[in-house]
Amino acid sequence: MISIKDLTLSFDSDRGRTIVLKDFHLDIADGEFVAVVGASGVGKSTLLRVIAGLVKPTSGTVTRDNPETPGRRPYAMVFQDARLLPWRRVVRNVEFGLEGLGLDKATRRRRALEALALVGLADKADRWPHQLSGGQRQRVAIARALAVDPDLLMMDEPFGALDAITRQGLQDELVDLWQRTGKTILFVTHDIDEAVYLADRVVLLAGSPAGVRSADRIEGPRPRHRDDAMARETANAIRGRLSGTVEAGEGI
Amino acid sequence: MARPRALRFSLSLLGVVLFFALWEALPRLGLVKPMLLPAPSEIPATFWRELTSGAWADAVLQSLQHYLSGLVLGSALGVALGVATGMSRTLEDMTNWIVRLLRPIPGLAWVPFAIIWFGVSSTAANFIIIVGVFWINYFAALGAVQAVDRDLIELSEAFGHRSPLAKLFKVILPASVQPIMAGLRTGLGQAWMAVVAAELFGVAGLGQRMMQASSLLATDVVVVYMITMALLYGVVDMAFVALRDRLLAWKA
Repeated sequence: MISIKDLTLSFDSDRGRTIVLKDFHLDIADGEFVAVVGASGVGKSTLLRVIAGLVKPTSGTVTRDNPETPGRRPYAMVFQDARLLPWRRVVRNVEFGLEGLGLDKATRRRRALEALALVGLADKADRWPHQLSGGQRQRVAIARALAVDPDLLMMDEPFGALDAITRQGLQDELVDLWQRTGKTILFVTHDIDEAVYLADRVVLLAGSPAGVRSADRIEGPRPRHRDDAMARETANAIRGRLSGTVEAGEGI
Repeated sequence: MARPRALRFSLSLLGVVLFFALWEALPRLGLVKPMLLPAPSEIPATFWRELTSGAWADAVLQSLQHYLSGLVLGSALGVALGVATGMSRTLEDMTNWIVRLLRPIPGLAWVPFAIIWFGVSSTAANFIIIVGVFWINYFAALGAVQAVDRDLIELSEAFGHRSPLAKLFKVILPASVQPIMAGLRTGLGQAWMAVVAAELFGVAGLGQRMMQASSLLATDVVVVYMITMALLYGVVDMAFVALRDRLLAWKA
């Protein structure tokens, strides 16, 4: 389990103190798929950066049950843009997070190839990033994150820059990957339908400073259908709450 | 509207032929005194004399020694300090004014000090060349490092490469190779000019041999060394481009 407790983040600038997040609280069970939705600019991405340790919180804690294990990293991130290093071949991009973990070269290569196989790109290992399509690049980014075998896989609007068909394909692939690997996923998106389609639980982040406005458990068996009536109802309810908060002038 | 290759080649060849024909005609028709401008047909014989007397090889070796040692040291210093300044805000602020003061001083303005400090010696020539190429490489490296995509640095941190050294070798240097190489290449030309200038002041090498010849009005010898310089520079530049293209294979 991963517990985020009383997370508060504020910045001091010339114009005074800006509080981005206040008393953010979230427990994520092992193997759970949690989506965080909210208006753009509300602090969803910042939340991920705080959890990943890229930004130091003003107060609050992020704790994991799992002990530090050699050869793994506790967190891994998939960004909206694939952020592949153009000077590395695909397999070397996937090895990026494995470097510095005390693994020998052969082990790094084996784990990178396994991760590439998981996303169905084993045959592209020796390509350069610019030789791949946008969807393939994002799958490499997912492989790079999976390769370090993280306790928590964080995804920051990972399909936001892709065309609709590629996006739907990758959404289904992600659910499949999640079921096969049993990874814990924290998925940020502004697309409520996407969140409801993918996640076990959808957390609405709203307000200024931002906090958890609501958390909906998405029931029902998988595989899900995109036009499921109950899911649509939940999505509409979240949209209603979100537009309520936006109209009150708190969201943006 | 692309011209056929054969036509372009023929036109280039025609240009060369016309150039040499005009050059040959000027002294032969008595339009210019042969002593002031030797005809190109006389050059091979003069070159042979310089070669067999051993003067040519001596001068070339001495100049190359000045060139390579000054170039390597000046480029290495420039790139190292440029990268360090690009990575450290403190260093950037500290050097800001000094750089503005020293940068506009032309490399050749250091000749008096070079001779006072080191005499008319190889060290003086090295010093002038080092100053000549330092700034080009310093600014190329500084600009390159400052232009590295911040997202890639964040990626580096997200995957555990957080120390300045790890960021330097995993992301910053590979991302800066291309502009740094461009700076190095400009330095190749700049250093040649500095070599000749230093040797015109009497340090042994191609430049000195040219000055000796010109004081005797042996203009054919001067031309031999001018062509030598052009050829040597061309060879060095070609070798550099080959090296660069290997390093930047991922761009292809």
